[in-house]
Amino acid sequence: MASYKPVVVQSFPKLGEKITQDTLYWKNYKTPVQIKEFGAVNKIDFSPVPPYNYAVTASSRIHIYGRYSQEPIKTFSRFKDAAYCATYRDDGKLLVAGSEEGVVRLFDITGRAALRQFDGHTKAVHVVDFLSDKYRVVSGADDYTSKVWDIPSATAVVSYSEHTDYVRCGCISKLNADLFVTGSYDHTVKVFDARREKSVMTVEHGQPVESVLLFPSGGLLVSAGGRYVKVWDILRGGQLLVSLKNHHKTVTCLCLSSSGQRLLSGSLDRHVKIYSTTSYKVVHSFNYAASILSLALAPEDETIVVGMTNGVLNVRHRKHEESKERLPKKKRPAYRTFVKGRNYMPKQEDFFVSKPVRSHLKKYDKLLKSFQVSKALDTVLQARNKTPEITVAVMQELNRRGTLKNALAGRDETQLSVLMSFLIRYVVEPRFAPMLIKVAEMIIDIYLPVVGQSAVIDKQFLKLQEIIEKEIDYQTELLEVLGMMDALFATMTMKKATSLEKNKTNGILRVLEQDTSN
Amino acid sequence: MVVQEPLRVVRCGGSKLSGARAAFSADAKYLLCASGDYVKVYSTVTEECVHVLQGHSNLVTGIQLNPQNHMQLYSCSLDGTIKLWDFTDGILIKTFVVGYKLYAFYMLADSEGSVFVIIPRKNEDASDSFQLASVKLPKTPDQEVEAKDLSLILDDIGQSPKCTAFGREGEYVASVRGLHLLVYFFKKKKINRFPLSATSRKGANNYFTCVACHPKEDCIASGHKDGKIRLWRNFNHKREYTFSTLHWHHDQVMDLAFSVEGNSLLSGGVESVLVQWRDGSDCKKEFLPRLGSTIEHISASLDGSFYCTSHSENKITIIHSNLRVSAVIQGLVKGSDVKTGLVVDPRTKALVLNGKPGHVQFYCLKTDKQLYNLDIVQQEYIHQVGLNQVELVKAAFSTRGSWLATVEQREEKETELELQMKLWNYDEQTQSFTLNTRINMPHEGHVTALCFRDTDELEDRTPTLVTAGKDGRFKVWVLENDSDAEKPSMGWSCDFVGSYHNYPANTCCFSEDGSLLAVSFERTVTVWDSDTWDLKCTFCHPPGKIRNLCFGRLSCSKYLLGTTDNGFLCCWNLLSCALEWSAQLNIMVLQPDPLSENIAAFSRLVDSSDLFIFKPNEPRPFCIQRNLCRERVQWAVFIPRDVPESVGSEKHQWLSRSQLYVLTETQDLLTFSTKSAEERLTPSSKQLAVEESLLVTPFYLLLGKHRHQQKSKENATLGTAVFQSHVTQDSPAIKELLHTPAHVLPSASFLCSIFINSMLISKENKSAEEVVDEVEMDSEKAEDESDEDVELNEVEQDINTTAFLGEITPKLSKSQEKELRKIRRMDYSWIAAL
Repeated sequence: MASYKPVVVQSFPKLGEKITQDTLYWKNYKTPVQIKEFGAVNKIDFSPVPPYNYAVTASSRIHIYGRYSQEPIKTFSRFKDAAYCATYRDDGKLLVAGSEEGVVRLFDITGRAALRQFDGHTKAVHVVDFLSDKYRVVSGADDYTSKVWDIPSATAVVSYSEHTDYVRCGCISKLNADLFVTGSYDHTVKVFDARREKSVMTVEHGQPVESVLLFPSGGLLVSAGGRYVKVWDILRGGQLLVSLKNHHKTVTCLCLSSSGQRLLSGSLDRHVKIYSTTSYKVVHSFNYAASILSLALAPEDETIVVGMTNGVLNVRHRKHEESKERLPKKKRPAYRTFVKGRNYMPKQEDFFVSKPVRSHLKKYDKLLKSFQVSKALDTVLQARNKTPEITVAVMQELNRRGTLKNALAGRDETQLSVLMSFLIRYVVEPRFAPMLIKVAEMIIDIYLPVVGQSAVIDKQFLKLQEIIEKEIDYQTELLEVLGMMDALFATMTMKKATSLEKNKTNGILRVLEQDTSN
Repeated sequence: MVVQEPLRVVRCGGSKLSGARAAFSADAKYLLCASGDYVKVYSTVTEECVHVLQGHSNLVTGIQLNPQNHMQLYSCSLDGTIKLWDFTDGILIKTFVVGYKLYAFYMLADSEGSVFVIIPRKNEDASDSFQLASVKLPKTPDQEVEAKDLSLILDDIGQSPKCTAFGREGEYVASVRGLHLLVYFFKKKKINRFPLSATSRKGANNYFTCVACHPKEDCIASGHKDGKIRLWRNFNHKREYTFSTLHWHHDQVMDLAFSVEGNSLLSGGVESVLVQWRDGSDCKKEFLPRLGSTIEHISASLDGSFYCTSHSENKITIIHSNLRVSAVIQGLVKGSDVKTGLVVDPRTKALVLNGKPGHVQFYCLKTDKQLYNLDIVQQEYIHQVGLNQVELVKAAFSTRGSWLATVEQREEKETELELQMKLWNYDEQTQSFTLNTRINMPHEGHVTALCFRDTDELEDRTPTLVTAGKDGRFKVWVLENDSDAEKPSMGWSCDFVGSYHNYPANTCCFSEDGSLLAVSFERTVTVWDSDTWDLKCTFCHPPGKIRNLCFGRLSCSKYLLGTTDNGFLCCWNLLSCALEWSAQLNIMVLQPDPLSENIAAFSRLVDSSDLFIFKPNEPRPFCIQRNLCRERVQWAVFIPRDVPESVGSEKHQWLSRSQLYVLTETQDLLTFSTKSAEERLTPSSKQLAVEESLLVTPFYLLLGKHRHQQKSKENATLGTAVFQSHVTQDSPAIKELLHTPAHVLPSASFLCSIFINSMLISKENKSAEEVVDEVEMDSEKAEDESDEDVELNEVEQDINTTAFLGEITPKLSKSQEKELRKIRRMDYSWIAAL
C-alpha cells in the first residue's frame, strides 16, 4: 500500500556563481576592518618575516601596522611631499621609499631617521625595490629613468633611460639578483639586467602600465594597464600568453596569492578579481567601496589589505575553523543505547513482529493528510516567511486539490494581514509570481465585499496595488530594452551571414550574464 | 512443414479483472475472478495465475462457489450459459444453457437445484429494465444441459449484481433501483417497497447504488450516490421500518459487503479508501486508505480471514482481516487515454505506457504481468471526481535505457498550463530510475514530441534530448556536469533553441546515426545538423500538416518519411533533397522497426483500420492487412524478439525479428501472429498449477533443476518449435519412477543407481547402459512416443532420423557437467525415505 506522499517543494537552482573550492576559500574571511588614512593609499607591503607587519604608504607618511592593530605601531613622516612605494627588504629589517621630490630614502625599521638618501632623480620616484642580493636598490621615476643604487655607498650604479614616459611600476626577480622589470606609461614593460647597459627585453603592453609582476619561477611576467591584465612568457622571448579583460576600469595593482596558484588584480572599478593561474579564468571577486589603488596579501593569505583612493585601508583577516570546534559539545546518549537489542539474532521459533518504519511528516503535511486545508496554510504562513518556497508549494498543492479558495476564505483581520504581507513581499518574485498572482486574485474576490472594514487590510491592499503597478511598469521597460537589443542583434547578424540561425534569446541571455558578472 | 498461414490479429494484455465480484475458495488459498470471457484462478499467496477457465463465449458476469461443494465454481456469462467448474484442476464439469443474457448469478446454500439470475426483460438488448428469475438446474449427467425452467421473482430491478442481495438463509431478497428498495419475502411471497425522496433538505442525493444483506440478522445495508450508507431494520413491516445512516464517503458508495459473521460492514468508493464499520455504528470505523483507485467490488472470504477489493485500474487487492494489504494482483492498467504512447524499455524489453494516474507502468508482454510502476508525478493523488489532475503526457527512453524523460502537464484553463519535464537516470544499484533533473515549463506551450539522440556507448557523445513544443520552438537539452565544491552532480540543461518562422512544432525525430534531426513545423519539415544545429534543408512538397515523421533505417537511412493530415505518405530522399515518392493514404500511425528497414503504417478509412508494411526504398508495400480493427489505431510499437522466430511465408517475414503491438482507441492491445490459437497458448499456466502443488523436497529440487535446464536448452535451440507437454520430455527412468505406483516399485537402493544414471551425461552413459539394461529398453520405448529425447539415449539413438533432430540433441556444457558430478557425489540417503 502506498503511503502518503508529502508535498513536493520545488527547489530552484541558485542563481549567480556556483560554489567552488575558490569561493569557499576566498569567502572565508572575517568582516573587514576599515582604517582611515590621510590620503590615497598607493602602496601596501607586507614584511616577509613574522609577525608580518605591513607598511602602508599614504600621502606623506608611511605607517607600519601590526597584524591586528588598528593603530599604526610606527610612522615614518620625514617626507616633505608625498611618499611612494615603501617596500621591505627580504629580511624585514630595512624599508625603502620613493618620494615626490625625487629622493629615495632608506629606513631602518627600528629607527626614525633615514639611513641613506639616494639623490639623483629629478622627478618623483614612484617605484623602489630591493634587488634580491639585498645590497642594491632599484628605483623608477617620472624623469623616465630607472636607476640601481648601491646601499653602502649611496651612489647610482647604473642608470637606464630607455623609457619614454613616466616609470610607474616595477619589480625584481627573486631568482636573479641582477634582473628587474619596469613598467612605464609609454605602454612598454622592459626587463633590465644590472650587468648590462641596455634593456634585455621589451614587451608592448598597449596601455600605460600601472603594475607589473614576476612569477616566483621568473618565467612569466604579468603586466596591468588600462583595462587589461596581460601575461607574458619571458622564456619564450616575451610572447603574449593571455590577455585578460575582466575589469571595466583601469587595473591598478596586481598580487599573487601565497601559493602562486591565484593572481589577484585590483582596479579602479572597485573590484578585486582573483584568477586561476592555470586557466586564467576569474574564480572569485571582491567588491569594495571605492576605487582600489593598492593591494597586498599576507603570507598564507592570512590577510587581504586593500588601499583605496578615498584613503581607506580595508583589512580582511582569515577566519579560522578552530573557533567553531570549541563550541560545547552536546551530550549524546552512549553508542550502546542505540544498538541495544539490535544485534539479537532471532531463533527459528521466534515470532517476528516487524515494526513499520514511521515516516516523519512535516506539520503541514500532517494537516494536508487529514484534509485540514486552512490549518495547513496557517502553519506555513506562520513560519516567519523564511521558506517562502514551502508556503508557495502548499498553496500549489491546495490549488491542485481544488481547495485553495476554502483555505483562503473565512479569515479574520490578523490572519488575513499575515497572508497579505506574504503576498506583498513575494508577489513580484518571478519564481512565485504565477501562483501568488492567482492567490491575490482569489483574495480580492473573496474579501471584496468586506473591504473598508479594517484599516490595516485596506492599507495592505493599497500597497499590493502599488507594488504590482510598479512591477508592470518595470516589465514594460524591460520589454522595451529587449526590443532594442533584438534590433541590435538583428543588425549584427546581418553582417555575419553565417550565423543566421543563431538564436536570439540565447544571445541576450549571454550578454545579460556578462553584465551581471561584471 | 509450415504452410501459408493467414496473419491473425490477437488480443493481448489481459482483460479487465474488476468486471465482477471476485470469490475466494473455501480455504482462501485461491482467488477466483472473472476476466473478460475467462475465469482466472489466482493464488492468494504468490499472486500468480494458476488456471484460466476458458469456455464462455462472452463476458463472464458473475461467479460463485458451489455452496454444496466448495471445490466447484459456478459462473454465468452474457452468452446465456451457466457453467460449473472444478477450479482446482481447471476442468469444466457442466454447462447449463439458459438462453437469456445473464447479468448476475446468485445461489443459496439451501435452495438445491435452483439458482437466481438477472435477465433482461423481454430478452431485449436495448431494454434497460431487468428482472430477477430463478432457474431450476436439472440434474442430468450430461455435459451440456438445457435449463429453461425459469420463474420470475422480481421485476424491474437494476442490472448490476451489486443491486440485488439475498438475506439471511435465503428468506428474502433485497433489490435497489433508483430511489426504491424492494424486499421480497420468499415464504410470505410479499414485496415491501421502501421509497426515498429524491433529494432531502441538505441537498443529499438519495439514489441507491448497491445493497448488501446481513448474514445473520434481518438487516439490509444500502449505499447511496451521496456517500451515505443506510442500515435498514424491521423491514418486514411496511410502515414501522427503521434505518440508521452511516456517512463517511464523500462520493458514491461503490460496493458494500458484510463480513462472514456480520459484525462488520465494508464499504468502498471513489475515494479508494476501504472503510470497515464495526457493529453498524458510526463511530467505530477503521480505514485502509490509498488503495490506488476507485474500489468497484468488495468481497470477503468464507473463513473470514481475507477481504478483496477490485479496483478500476485493473487491480485486485487482497486484504487481511486486520486491514493489512497482503497481496496485489495487477493487470495491465488500462486507464483513460494513453498519452505517452507505447514505448519500449530497451533494458527489459517491457512495454512502457501510462499506468496509474501519474505513473508509468512497465508491462512484461511475455508473462502478461506488470513489472513495476514508476511514480513520475510524486504527488498525493486526491480521489475526487472533476479534479484537474496532473497527467503524464510524454515518455521516452535513451537508446540504452539509461535515461528516461517524462513530461507531465496540468491544464486548469486555456491559459494556465503547468508543464514539467523530468529526467530519470537508471540506477544500477537500486535497479530503478531516480530523478535527476526537473525542468519547469520546458516550453511555453504543450510539448508535442520528445526524442533522444541515439548514441552508442562506444562513441563518447553527450546524451542529447530534443523536445518540440506548440510554442513554435524545439529545444535541445544536453547532459552537463554542474558539479560544485559541495556535491558532484550531472544535470540537463538547454543547449539550443530552434524555431522556424514561429510555426508550432509538431514532431521531431533523429536519424539512426543521430547526425540529423528532423523537426516538422506545421506544414514544413526541417532537417538540422545535430552537431552544429544548422538548418540543412526544408521539405514542404505536398502541403498539409505533418502528422508523423520518421527516418529510414539500415540500408534505407537516406530516406525520410512523413505523413500529412490531408492523406499523404511522402518519402523524401535526403541525398537529393527531393521527394522520392508519395502515396495517398490517410496514415494515422507510422512506426519504424528498429531492427530492419520495415516500416508499419496504419491507415484509417471510414470505419476500419488497415496495416501496410513497406520498405522506404520502394513505394509498394509487401504486406497489407485490411480491416485490422474497427477502431482507430492510436499507437503502435515494434518490440524486438529475444529469439528470432521463423515465419513460414515470405510475406510475413517482417514478424520474425520483432513483434508489432498496436493500441486502439478503445484501449485494446493487439498483436500479430501467424500461429493458430492453440499454439500460442503456453503450457506455463498448467505447469504452474503442478509446481504449486509440489512440495519442495530435495528430490524436487534436483528434478526441477534438471527439467528447467532441459527446457531452457530446448527453447534456445529451437526457438520456433511448438511447445509440447513437458512430461514426455523427461527421462524414461524418471518417468518410470514417477508413474509407477509406489507399492510395485523395487527397493529404493536399486532405483537410486538407475535414477542417478539417468542424470548422467552421455560419456559415462555407455558403462551405465551395460549395467542397467532396463533403462535401454525404456529409452527405445520413449523413442517411439517422443521425437526429441534426453541425453540418456542419445548415443545409441539413430541420429539419422532427421537432420532437424540432430540439431536439437542437447549438449551439456562444462559447468553443467560439473554440477552433475557434484550431484553424483551428494548423499542420497534421503531416497530411502521415499
